[in-house]
Amino acid sequence: MILDGKCPTGPIQETWDKHRFDLKLVNPANKRKYNVIVVGTGLAGGAAAASLGELGYNVQAFCYQDSPRRAHSIAAQGGINAAKNYPNDGDSIYRLFYDTIKGGDFRAREADVWRLAQVSNNIIDQCVAQGVPFARDYAGYLDNRSFGGAQVSRTFFARGQTGQQLLLGAYSALSRQIKAGTVKMYDRREMLDLVVVDGVARGITVRNLVNGQLESYAADAVCLCTGGYVNVFYLSTNAMGCSVTANWKAHKKGAYFANPCYTQIHPTCIPQAGDYQSKLTLMSESLRNDGRVWVPKKKEDCGKHPNEIAEDDRDYYLERKYPSYGNLAPRDIASRAAKEQCDDGRGVGPGGRGVYLDFADSIKRLGEDTIRERYGNLFEMYEKITDENGYKRPMRMYPAPHYAMGGLWVDYNLMSNIPGLFVLGEANFSVHGANRLGASALMQGLADGYFVIPYTIGGYLATVKPGQVKADHAEFKKSVEDVTAEQNKYLSINGKKTVFEFMRELGGLMWENCGMARTKESLETNLKKIPALREEFWKNVKVTGSGAELNQQLENAGRTADFLEFSELLCRDALHRNESCGGHFRVEYQDAGEAQRDDVNYCYVGAWEYKGDNKEPELHKEPLKFDNVHLAVRSYK
Amino acid sequence: MSDHKTMTLTLIVWRQKNANDPGKFETYTAKNITEHHSFLEMLDCVNEDLIHSGKDPIVFDHDCREGICGMCSQVINGAPHGGQDRTTVCQLHMRKFKDGDTIYIEPWRARAFPIIRDLIVDRSALDKIIQAGGYTSCHTGGVADGNAILIPKPVADEAMDAAECVGCGACVAGCPNGAAMLFTGAKVSQLALLPQGKAEAAERVMNMSNAMTECGFGNCTNHYECQAACPKGINVKFIARMNREFLKAQFA
Amino acid sequence: MQLFSTSIGRKILMAITGQCIVLFAVIHLLGNSSIFGWLPGGINAYAHHLHSLPSPIIWGFRLGLLAFVCIHIWFGIQLTMENRGGRPRQYAVKYTQKASFASENMIWTGSLLLLFIVYHLLHFTIQVISPETAALTHPDVLGNPNVLGMVVAAFQNVGVTLIYAGAMVVLFLHLSHGIQSFFQTMGWSNDRIQPFITKAGTLVALVMFLGYAAVPLTILVRILK
Repeated sequence: MILDGKCPTGPIQETWDKHRFDLKLVNPANKRKYNVIVVGTGLAGGAAAASLGELGYNVQAFCYQDSPRRAHSIAAQGGINAAKNYPNDGDSIYRLFYDTIKGGDFRAREADVWRLAQVSNNIIDQCVAQGVPFARDYAGYLDNRSFGGAQVSRTFFARGQTGQQLLLGAYSALSRQIKAGTVKMYDRREMLDLVVVDGVARGITVRNLVNGQLESYAADAVCLCTGGYVNVFYLSTNAMGCSVTANWKAHKKGAYFANPCYTQIHPTCIPQAGDYQSKLTLMSESLRNDGRVWVPKKKEDCGKHPNEIAEDDRDYYLERKYPSYGNLAPRDIASRAAKEQCDDGRGVGPGGRGVYLDFADSIKRLGEDTIRERYGNLFEMYEKITDENGYKRPMRMYPAPHYAMGGLWVDYNLMSNIPGLFVLGEANFSVHGANRLGASALMQGLADGYFVIPYTIGGYLATVKPGQVKADHAEFKKSVEDVTAEQNKYLSINGKKTVFEFMRELGGLMWENCGMARTKESLETNLKKIPALREEFWKNVKVTGSGAELNQQLENAGRTADFLEFSELLCRDALHRNESCGGHFRVEYQDAGEAQRDDVNYCYVGAWEYKGDNKEPELHKEPLKFDNVHLAVRSYK
Repeated sequence: MSDHKTMTLTLIVWRQKNANDPGKFETYTAKNITEHHSFLEMLDCVNEDLIHSGKDPIVFDHDCREGICGMCSQVINGAPHGGQDRTTVCQLHMRKFKDGDTIYIEPWRARAFPIIRDLIVDRSALDKIIQAGGYTSCHTGGVADGNAILIPKPVADEAMDAAECVGCGACVAGCPNGAAMLFTGAKVSQLALLPQGKAEAAERVMNMSNAMTECGFGNCTNHYECQAACPKGINVKFIARMNREFLKAQFA
Repeated sequence: MQLFSTSIGRKILMAITGQCIVLFAVIHLLGNSSIFGWLPGGINAYAHHLHSLPSPIIWGFRLGLLAFVCIHIWFGIQLTMENRGGRPRQYAVKYTQKASFASENMIWTGSLLLLFIVYHLLHFTIQVISPETAALTHPDVLGNPNVLGMVVAAFQNVGVTLIYAGAMVVLFLHLSHGIQSFFQTMGWSNDRIQPFITKAGTLVALVMFLGYAAVPLTILVRILK
């Protein structure tokens, strides 16, 4: 089937304004008759719940953490982009649009990206009004820094905790609505099913994580703001609770999953120290503003103390390979370059999986105090984890799974192919194409939540009668029964391996065979091994305790079971895409070490339809058209 | 890096089935722990052993494991987050301990934080304090340009110092009175410092301090244990600022 | 008035009343120091001056002070009781980083001071504990109350001196936390001046201790007769 993204036509500059006018409106007096469910309270969910509540809709918001303030948006460090052009260095909405399309390796929709660039400026204003303490200069103006993949300084930041501050801004707006009674907050709830009645999304089934009870909630629209799925690699920069579960359950109820193979591997993370490790810690990309990346030129130098390696014996490979962007090359390119150096035997640290990020030159130029002012908290974090002082010796870095560009398929209105199911933020696929540029995730989450969904959801709700289905409908009961059956199964297997052991094994397969570099063979290996692992899981997993209590193993078992299914789809998508683009790198498709796109055959969004357990999913295509940015080989040289 | 050296530790952990269970300490042994294990990874290892032997693992709150979400919450040998300067328990590493150490692990203990299970407590009281006024009442859309009101760097920086709070509740756990003054003071100060928050400053400080009392938090007696416990190093000067804002609100 | 009902409000009342009592104690100490002879006629003359003030002023002052003391005690007890329940169960290991012996025991040092004040009032103000040397009933040659005689007679007794000196140690503890606390609670503190306030508060408490303890101790060792 050929999918239609329902993008407005005409001059790109006018698309969003025209579309907003074309959208139907809900009468203010009628808004409170509509129930809207928002799952997840990160930047997208928090902003959406607050904005929809303020508009007058009856909002029910859900998060699995103990408070909406803890969503993993909070961990974003570096910053948020906006086309304000405050530094007068040539930025514009058009340039942000252009950079994002190009950065995404021409695999995103033009209209969606244009809208993102257009509303980026409103986001900054909104956050300032909320009391987000963005960095300022001595005159009191907002400060900017540069970020990977851009030659202008358009990134706004709040020390190394931009995500935290933006999330707390959204959380404060949400708190205001909770107080006002327009939003009802349900914390420590995990969504375990989407309820679809007659093809329309009507509600969700959640597990109350405190007492284990399954609860049904009905609404006129459901917004999934449930983040990304890179915990499928087990070790990633995501929080421990991040999962594909909400998206996967929606997928199994009919929502198409788009481009799952586009996963971002972030170039600067603290390398893994041992097998017991539970997650990888990211160091902000902003470090590459002042840090220089290098490895020894000679393999025999790799064991030496870095400060003893002479300048001439260092290979500043990013500066060598990409002279115009240098250390600020986009993430996919920087990550792959790091892997190449390590594969060449010139990696440093345990197992030779690391490259140096060196601040010696910047400290010499700017002084240690300036560097501390800019990145102090990151250096502290690095020292806590590695026991090494980044001011005195170069930091060791290695790429780690970080972000999912793929996600549930949505149209221009952020609605999935299931009417009434909206998907926002990282959970959808829409704007980052095959690779996301730094400081764009925060921008997308808040754009979707504050400035897109409040308009587009109205356009949908205006066409439906409120309150048609209640939570006592048979479909809700069936959903609760299905979830109960699944949970009872986990608890009854009583096998020999823990959930973590399965997850670690799956993560190993994914990282090894479907990580930074993928081949036909490696992916086919996974397509054999994953079903086998899944089968073993259902025979041999051990989950203690019961379902009627706080049971973290049961939570993790469900998430792992979903990853065991989803990972297969990810590999299948990667296998079908016979090209290299952005975060998807197929070894067979490269040109002198650079990714080789195939615009003739693969310039489309690949959206997969679930066809049933152990059945092959069906691929639907949404062709991508580039009328404003012309398809070109992406070069950062 | 020396991964060959491993530690064996004795853990004395608070176990409590649910809110109504009286709870008790139980003793476990953590084996093969290296200095590179984080504290939570050490507990993961203990839990894996427990699950293998068919016992219920120790449950604890955690999520980002990089010190920013504020979810993790354990009192280690009497110190919230383990007592390492400006460090959450997820960032605490085992190199701070020695082979053979005995470690007491307890949940946050405060009247306003009822225990849910083992090391997990209910911190929704902190959300209630924010809901009472920890925001500016701006609408989505229709706000001024970000540069319309200038904010000098020192003011923005001080607001950021206050805004760094991760809402973990260590200040409450560390306070002998179970007071939430540092948490509340940080938010009141952040918004009182910024011009965008000034308009509602008086109403905010009254509502938020009332919410503190209603939620069952204790009163401040200036021990400053909160500052010592805070993984973000939030300074008690923000409590002083809240007190000042309170006085201003009384006589304004 | 929310000063009387809220957490911060009551703390502010504690701070203000406490600080007024400290100011009284400073004046009291200055008066005491007349025993060392800087005022012609010494402490007896000072006592005479005080007693010759119009009685509305004396009683106004006394009642005002009494009110402050009562407020301080009332809210002190109330807040402490609330705080006791703030942590329902103590941690297995006691670990404190910033709290001090003084800050943790304000209720006890306060209670001891109250007992002492009652004793002190009975002893030297109402003068019923040792009526044989009561200053009011035994004027000196100039007709002033013989405070010096009363005080010297009292502090030649080791036990009495120990009670007074001990009470002054308690006072030191109470003030070493109380004075800096006042500035924090009133919001007149920040990270730069707080270390100074803490030191200055302790110094004032120390001066008060030395000043007050000087009288009984110098009498005990017969420097002052």
